[in-house]
Amino acid sequence: MTGLADSASQTPALAPLSLDQALALYRRMVLIRRFEDTVQVLFQRGEVPGTTHLYSGQEAVATGVASILEPRDRVAGTYRGHGHALSLGVDPQALLDEMLGRASGLCGGRAGSMNVIDLAHGLMGCYGIVGGSIGAATGAALALKRSGGVAVAYFGEGATNQGYFHECLNFAKVHNLPALYVCENNLYGEFTPMEDVTAGRIVARAQTLELPAETIDGNDLWAVRAAAAAAVARARDGGGPQFIEALTYRFVGHSRSDPGAYRKPGELDAWRQRDPLKLTRAGILERYETADEAQLDATDADVERQIEQMIAAGLAAPYPTPGPAAEFKA
Amino acid sequence: MPTLEFREAIRQAIDESLAADERVILFGEDVAVAGGVFVTTPGLYEKYGPERVFDTPISELAITSAAYGSAVCGLRPVIEIMFGDFLPLAMDSIVNQAAKFFYISGEQGSVPLVVRAAVGAGGRFGAIHSQNPGTWFQNVPGLKVVAPSTPADALALLKASIADDNPVLFLEHKRLYSVKQELESVGDEPVSLGQARVVREGLDVTLVSIMKGVGDCLEAAARLSSIGVQAEVIDLRTLRPFDHDTLLASLAKTNRLVAIEEGPLTGGWAGEVLAVVAEHGLHDIDDVWRLATPDHPIPFSPPLEDAFLPGVDTIVASVCERLGVQAPR
Ligand SMILES: Cc1ncc(C[n+]2csc(CCOP(=O)(O)OP(=O)(O)O)c2C)c(N)n1
Repeated sequence: MTGLADSASQTPALAPLSLDQALALYRRMVLIRRFEDTVQVLFQRGEVPGTTHLYSGQEAVATGVASILEPRDRVAGTYRGHGHALSLGVDPQALLDEMLGRASGLCGGRAGSMNVIDLAHGLMGCYGIVGGSIGAATGAALALKRSGGVAVAYFGEGATNQGYFHECLNFAKVHNLPALYVCENNLYGEFTPMEDVTAGRIVARAQTLELPAETIDGNDLWAVRAAAAAAVARARDGGGPQFIEALTYRFVGHSRSDPGAYRKPGELDAWRQRDPLKLTRAGILERYETADEAQLDATDADVERQIEQMIAAGLAAPYPTPGPAAEFKA
Repeated sequence: MPTLEFREAIRQAIDESLAADERVILFGEDVAVAGGVFVTTPGLYEKYGPERVFDTPISELAITSAAYGSAVCGLRPVIEIMFGDFLPLAMDSIVNQAAKFFYISGEQGSVPLVVRAAVGAGGRFGAIHSQNPGTWFQNVPGLKVVAPSTPADALALLKASIADDNPVLFLEHKRLYSVKQELESVGDEPVSLGQARVVREGLDVTLVSIMKGVGDCLEAAARLSSIGVQAEVIDLRTLRPFDHDTLLASLAKTNRLVAIEEGPLTGGWAGEVLAVVAEHGLHDIDDVWRLATPDHPIPFSPPLEDAFLPGVDTIVASVCERLGVQAPR
């Protein structure tokens, strides 16, 4: 799509994926979708308390970016963060258990859907405050500058109207921090269309601060990988903070009880034509001679089995026991 | 006798911490090249270089975010928020992110950062450069709030704060920066955060305060002793953790306790002092009360500001009135 920044278009060669690698990424995307479907169903059944914000439709963004990252890198996700977490290889059972409020949850049931943390997989947090991920990754980048790591922040286009966005991108630029800011532009902040509340273009905001920045098709796994690979390489090489605006769309409501009345007629259907799972399937069939539908269907079925087992195990897992908790690390 | 000035104690604590631990870094507005608007950090930039000591944009939220994120990822940042009144701009990253991390992560990690801020009135800085924000943060689990009253404590408590694995808000009263203390009294014993100190012993009434208020209490105690009233003075040193035991032990001795807070009466930390003694020491109470500022913003004009703040005269007069004794002249 629009490659707008000077340095953003100079892409170092990205080694092509083997078929197995491509299938693994497809599997991860299916896992995210089916995980979200599951959370939705369990929520409606009253098993998932509170609220949830699902990532369905945006799977290619986190999956593509994560496929470029290394263990020394860190990621800050959002309240719409199940996909951010799963893309990093976070244990889906522990993630589901966290949604269910169980002791076996990633954070022992203390965090819940919006605030998941898994340091072992590089997930420094998911942030329930719009824009919080931008601040977190900026700080992480300050630390990672010493180790050659890169910090990634995911956030929606709505977050670019937060002070976090403007303060932190400037901070990262003047201190030349290895940060990658990934704006997932899904056109709506809750129920409000972006154009009603946003001046100018999102990508231009980053360009004004002289971050290499580009707008890409966020539903195209290969486009995401190419942009992320280039941006991460530049950040790692001392090129300072980078910005990607990934155009995408969420297929479900903003959160639990949102029928999506604000959507424009035909908009959802048009985006469903460009479902990232469909595009990835087609992309694999097109790119690999030895790939066939049966392999992809087998992947779907495999995820299905995994999900069935996860639901059973999650619902059987014990709740945490109330009791005194440490306020501070001793 | 060589002396230690409060602002030098701050500098020395940061200097020693930077020297002792590679992970310690210092940043904020005008802290590096210029050495800080309150001259608390001169020479550190020259000594440790721009990777560890650096100036930032005027972006309080970005500064605290950078501290939070880098602390999660292994550094031990010390940041300066120039005036405590600017902390509301940084509230999200302190209150919602740093203070929550240890608990909600299921104790996967902690956030070792120190936010330093200059606070307090009396300098004719007006309503929005003079507040004491300690109270705002006392209500935040997961955050330590440190409020030293002497150069020796500033040195020891700041070193302890930087060495602590948790987020710490470290408050420096502007009218203490130029206070000097004889060096002999500067001990090197490690202090733990959350331990109040009995600064002066007495049997008749307990005066409880923090920061500049402690000096005021000591002066008031000296005057009260001239009329035979022996006041015990407690320096809380931290507003969170909150040392119940020292308060209750003193109350058991004196049966009368007054908390002196440089901050609005309603909802202040002095109310927490009274809650603790009422809840756990009711049988020891003859009288407990608070002295704080009126519930309106801090005025600018000198006669207005002076009348607004609870000083030595106010403390002495109030104690005499509550004890039913004639005030000293
Ligand atoms: C500081 C803050 N303000 C408001 C909210 C409520 N809220 C949650 S998500 C959201 C919309 C955010 O839109 P966007 O940044 O575009 O991300 P998306 O949800 O579309 O992924 C809002 C307003 C919040 N969580 N935090």
